[in-house]
Amino acid sequence: MPLDATPEPPALEVEGLTVRFRKRDEQEVCAVNGVGFSLARGKVMTILGESGSGKSVSLKAVMGLLPGFAKVEGQVRMAGRDILSLPPAELAKLRGSKVSMIFQEPMSAMDPVYTIGDQIAETIIQHEGTDRATAMARAKRLLERVSIPSAARRLKNYPHEMSGGMRQRAMIALALACDPLVLLADEPTTALDVTVQIQILMLLRELQAELGMAVVFVTHDVGVAAEISDQIAVMYAGRFVETGTLRGVMRDPQHPYTRGLLSSTVHGGMRKTLLRTIPGNPPSLAALPEGCHFRPRCAEAVAGCQREPPVVRGETGTMVRCLHAVAAEAAVPA
Amino acid sequence: MLVFAGRRLLQAIPILLGVSLVIFGLVHVAPGNPIDMLMPPEASPEIIAQMKAAYGFDRPLHIQYLLWLGRALSGDFGISVFNAAPVLGQLMTALGNTLVLAVTAAALGFTLGIVFGMTAALHHGRWPDKLLSAVTTAGVSLPHYWFAIVLVLVFAVLNDWMPAQGMGDDSLPLWQRLDHIVLPVVTLCMIPMGVIGRLVRATVLEIMGQDFVGALSAKGLGRGPVLRHIIKNAAPPVLALMGLQFGYLLGGSILIETVFNWPGTGNLLNLAIFRRDIPVLQATILVLASFFVLLNLLVDIAQAAIDPRIRR
Repeated sequence: MPLDATPEPPALEVEGLTVRFRKRDEQEVCAVNGVGFSLARGKVMTILGESGSGKSVSLKAVMGLLPGFAKVEGQVRMAGRDILSLPPAELAKLRGSKVSMIFQEPMSAMDPVYTIGDQIAETIIQHEGTDRATAMARAKRLLERVSIPSAARRLKNYPHEMSGGMRQRAMIALALACDPLVLLADEPTTALDVTVQIQILMLLRELQAELGMAVVFVTHDVGVAAEISDQIAVMYAGRFVETGTLRGVMRDPQHPYTRGLLSSTVHGGMRKTLLRTIPGNPPSLAALPEGCHFRPRCAEAVAGCQREPPVVRGETGTMVRCLHAVAAEAAVPA
Repeated sequence: MLVFAGRRLLQAIPILLGVSLVIFGLVHVAPGNPIDMLMPPEASPEIIAQMKAAYGFDRPLHIQYLLWLGRALSGDFGISVFNAAPVLGQLMTALGNTLVLAVTAAALGFTLGIVFGMTAALHHGRWPDKLLSAVTTAGVSLPHYWFAIVLVLVFAVLNDWMPAQGMGDDSLPLWQRLDHIVLPVVTLCMIPMGVIGRLVRATVLEIMGQDFVGALSAKGLGRGPVLRHIIKNAAPPVLALMGLQFGYLLGGSILIETVFNWPGTGNLLNLAIFRRDIPVLQATILVLASFFVLLNLLVDIAQAAIDPRIRR
């Protein structure tokens, strides 16, 4: 590449992504509110948040997989190309080839009446139009690539004939079938045993580095996030409240919610101390508190938090959505 | 898969034996005696005893059962007590007539049910769903003898559009008598259409709500291939219900065959019951029950061929 070439566009760029759900006779609910990030090839970003914070919905919105009554706004660019405005047939061509997804529960995310081999080959045939034998041969190599022993035999297995960890490996093989540029992982380790979890995480990390994929990893597990991420985005009630590098966010969390999340995680050094938790529950999306959505649960809330919190951006893509961050920044001597 | 089919086949044998025992027992427990029906009231006890011996009704019941079963297995169902004709011939004629009705009604009912159910599910909550759900609900809830009478009234009595009685002139080939089949088939297809339609709609909706359907879209599959996955998943329960429904149709609806005077198995059973014609009654029920068992055996095997989870 010549030196003066325009820089390669990020693998995935999301801007102002907003998802509203509206069913007849029901109040409109804003599940995702103005989410934005940019992810380069070969990087892993984790979206960290509690259930109901909008993590999964964000992923589905990026894939264009939400049902018809969801209103999606904002822009999603893959390698510089806006994909949300594509006609459905064009978008379907990208799904499974340029952008793939792995799911929380591989058992329910695979068709129970087709073999693993058929399900992987089907994707390859759909996107590359190869014949079945070629697709099957590649499916076998993919199973080997995700360290499934006796791959040839496993191709003929149905999902219910495999263990949970094996199924998740098969699902990863399926997602990688057409060398995607972007991999979206929706809590792929949540349903697994802890020992299997770490194997799957290491496998994902290894494949991601080798294939240079951009990975968006959704989890509620701080430990998992620490294991796999380059960047972290903390999500609360449909918004990113803090983004930054793994190291930055873990070592020096700026948002009170991030601090709460980190301190409510159990680790070895906490023996004989009382586990600190975040009081209260995440707010209902139908009745969000005014101003900062975290205010009712926040120990540091002040009167000013009833207004919309300011967005404080630092260098290298860090962001905090908190009134206190402004004060902290002002306090730093220039 | 072959092991499964073989095991199922073997399991069918005790079922059939049990069925034959129940049939024999029930028919003999029922009140009434064929000889008493045939003989004039003034017949002497000697003649009655002679007749009983001729039909074998004087032997102990378990011997009668074994003799009957042994002959039935070789295709000999004895002769009718009522008209002294071989039972097999009458049964085959009636079964043939009912098969014509049952196959046509099943084909029509299943096709409509599947089309209606799929359409309703794919337009869930919108007007085609509401309309077709009303049609299928009507199919299962309208009493079909009532529906038959209304059809006869409208198409045969008030207007002379369709014949409503019997199978037409025997000397004509079947295809020239097709108009006779229309009204009974329309009546008979209502229930299969209704139950299959409702089951297809419910099953397809349930499957469309499962995670893997979303995952199929995430693989980039279009509407057609995704639909193929849905159909294959929905097939086993629908096949099971089809087997049952076709079994019911084969039994011939006594009510419908009576309304349309159709000389099928329902009609034959009805007559045999009134005449206390034990050989005919036993043979008809045995053959129908065997059909039912075999049909469900085939359905079981088909289900297992589609869904590997059933094979265990």
